[in-house]
Amino acid sequence: MEFDRRAMLGAAASLAAVPAWAQASGTTARQRTISAMMTDEPAHLNYPLFNTRIMQEICGNIQESLLLFDWQFKPHPNLARAFEMTPDGMRYTFHLRPDVRWHDGVPFTARDVVFSCGTMLPQLNPRSRNAFSHVRTITAVDRYTVRFDMKQPFNAFLLSLMASSAPIMPAHIFEGTDFRTNPRNFSPVGTGPFRFNRWVRGQYIHLTRNPHYWRKDQPGMDGIYYRVCPTSEQRLVAMESGAADFAMADDIDTVVNSRMMANPNVIGRADAFNGTGEITVMEMNHRRWPFGDRRFRAAFMHAIDRNFLVKAINFGLGKVATGPIPSNLPYYDEKALVKYPFDQARARALLDEMGLKPGRGGIRHRFAIMMIPDGGGHWTRGCHYVKQALSEVGLDVTLESTDWPTFSRRSGNWDFDVDCNSYGQYGDPAIGTARFFLSSNIRKGVPQTNIQGYNNPEVDALFHKAAVAVDPAEIQKHYSRLQHVLTRDVAMCWLFERQPMFFYNKRLKDVIMGPNGPADGFGSVKLA
Amino acid sequence: MKDFLRVFFSRPIPLVGLVIFAVIVALALLAPLLFGRGPFIIVGMPLLPPGAPGLLAGSDVLGRDMAVGLAYGARISLLVGITSTLCAVGIGVLLGAVAGYYGGWLDDLLMRVTEFFQIIPSFVLLMVLVAFLQPSLSSTVIGIALVTWPQVARVVRGEFLSLRGREFVQAARTLGMRDARIIFTQVLPNALPPIIVVGSMMVGSAILTESALSFLGLGDPNLLSWGSMIGGSRSAMWVAWWTTVLPGLAIMITVLALNFIGDGLNDALNPRRRR
Repeated sequence: MEFDRRAMLGAAASLAAVPAWAQASGTTARQRTISAMMTDEPAHLNYPLFNTRIMQEICGNIQESLLLFDWQFKPHPNLARAFEMTPDGMRYTFHLRPDVRWHDGVPFTARDVVFSCGTMLPQLNPRSRNAFSHVRTITAVDRYTVRFDMKQPFNAFLLSLMASSAPIMPAHIFEGTDFRTNPRNFSPVGTGPFRFNRWVRGQYIHLTRNPHYWRKDQPGMDGIYYRVCPTSEQRLVAMESGAADFAMADDIDTVVNSRMMANPNVIGRADAFNGTGEITVMEMNHRRWPFGDRRFRAAFMHAIDRNFLVKAINFGLGKVATGPIPSNLPYYDEKALVKYPFDQARARALLDEMGLKPGRGGIRHRFAIMMIPDGGGHWTRGCHYVKQALSEVGLDVTLESTDWPTFSRRSGNWDFDVDCNSYGQYGDPAIGTARFFLSSNIRKGVPQTNIQGYNNPEVDALFHKAAVAVDPAEIQKHYSRLQHVLTRDVAMCWLFERQPMFFYNKRLKDVIMGPNGPADGFGSVKLA
Repeated sequence: MKDFLRVFFSRPIPLVGLVIFAVIVALALLAPLLFGRGPFIIVGMPLLPPGAPGLLAGSDVLGRDMAVGLAYGARISLLVGITSTLCAVGIGVLLGAVAGYYGGWLDDLLMRVTEFFQIIPSFVLLMVLVAFLQPSLSSTVIGIALVTWPQVARVVRGEFLSLRGREFVQAARTLGMRDARIIFTQVLPNALPPIIVVGSMMVGSAILTESALSFLGLGDPNLLSWGSMIGGSRSAMWVAWWTTVLPGLAIMITVLALNFIGDGLNDALNPRRRR
């Protein structure tokens, strides 16, 4: 009820500003406004500072990247109208569009790219840090040309410029300021199809169309409301009643997926997050016994029926994960993998072998699994299932509930036994996968790094060799070996490859245009 | 006593309440014997409807047997309901008796403390308490006792105020009885009827409060209660009604039965209504 009234008020308020072309087309402001939802509110809107899914969904409309990627992960022009690279992979040159302006009217130039890729992104965005570490210098050749000279070839360099990894930030706003406390973190400036308009804390974030957007035929809509909608049931009702147009990834609990799919007014896309390529995992603190013992981790994997996790806990959305690289991404090599089928007898044998014999009540060992605060969604259910499965091999698990700050702090500070999370692989192992296994990325206090403390010099070397190789066959050789070593070591407990859904009301079209889904923005969206 | 029983059982409503309550208590006590497995054991695919093979009440979002969950949930609900009420009655009787018996500044002081607890929204206070003490069974019991004792204290104080001037109390005092002895052996037994009625009603409301806490995820995550069953299944409400409706019905029936009993006790113990 509240929901609709607010939408109507918002629509009424923007009526005065309806452009002539829109009035002529006979649609109302309400119809030309996209209504989306937020599971929880971000603390700020500084995209690289807190690069999570909800930020990608909002800031993807405000900030843009140099390149866009199609379904085959091939690069296409965006802010860069053209680019070339030398055959040895040592130099990339980008020619920028001359007709782009920031939302505050300042022209977009090479200075912004040099600042973003050279200073701001490596400092704030964990994935950029790794990618741009291969770059020796970034030079503004002229006002609209930027040159990247590499220390060594880095074959995932172009992919690392994907929108969700490398949004270009305004130098005139951020240069010389403290990025974390800049006041424009709460009213961001970008080049994208939608401009930031208003943020009412606890209620909504409103973006309006950018009338000077450089793609003249976009955006197709007047604005986007992101409303705070904290429970899964509310979000389902909002989608079914038409009060919300979009339900992204974690918005709809997989329990009701079948009901959403049966709704004739809603279109469901399973490919909207292919670019992220998420794997749901359990991470173990290798510093604590017995998690540092490979046999314990192998027993853990054998004790869990991951087919059940996919079929029953996640209602069929996804598939069993076999290793660090999702099966639909390049370099995946099934033959190289060491597999851990569901076999509780083997799990018991492994635990016996390492001396964890059943004690009183058949219990071999007690430990805790720290749960992500997802409001009882698939992560929580997965943890409950794992607790049950492990109890059958004599491992007694205590589940720990957390809130977001606690989860980030404890995982970053290595204060946990086992935790559960999902990580995107972002199209290339060098971008999304390496960060969890490189010993150089063991960094206390920073979540989403190698928080397990996994340390294997061979893996470090292989990741480096694979990233800088030029010959595709050689890259594949290194990544195959890596998949073998990582699965042999059970370097992480890969549970399943998630397949988040994107639902939208069929009154809209051209919503998902590439594997980056919402992270590429909703400029193309129009009324069906 | 005979009078009390005759009045209590003469009307159908308290009798129905008592029978239902007895069935629930029996179910809770016999749960481990009735079912060969604990409530957390996953027995099959999730969201199987009631009546599926071997599943009397269907399965929940994790594929656990709802029937087992309901029986074990009764244990938690009754345990929390009864122990927290006993604690609350203990605190309430002690403070109410002292305030009512002695009066004066002690009464003023204790009643201000009582009012302090009464003016804070009790559920908010409870959530803060439980979150502060870490969610567990004992923190739930302590929390509920701490927010519900004021109403007992109020009732007890009122009774004591009216009783302390009576002849039998004066007689006891003349005989040289100590205050504590007068309070517990002379006044308290005469003040018991309203305490019993309030207490029986409080068990019901404590069960509701515990359910609300667990629903919000502030119960003990390693125990299954009716509230946590609803909380954990609410996303499935639209595709599997039984996951939320059945524990909801269980809460409703239990609380209703306790209120029926409370009504019956009130009728039987209230001298003005006992004819």
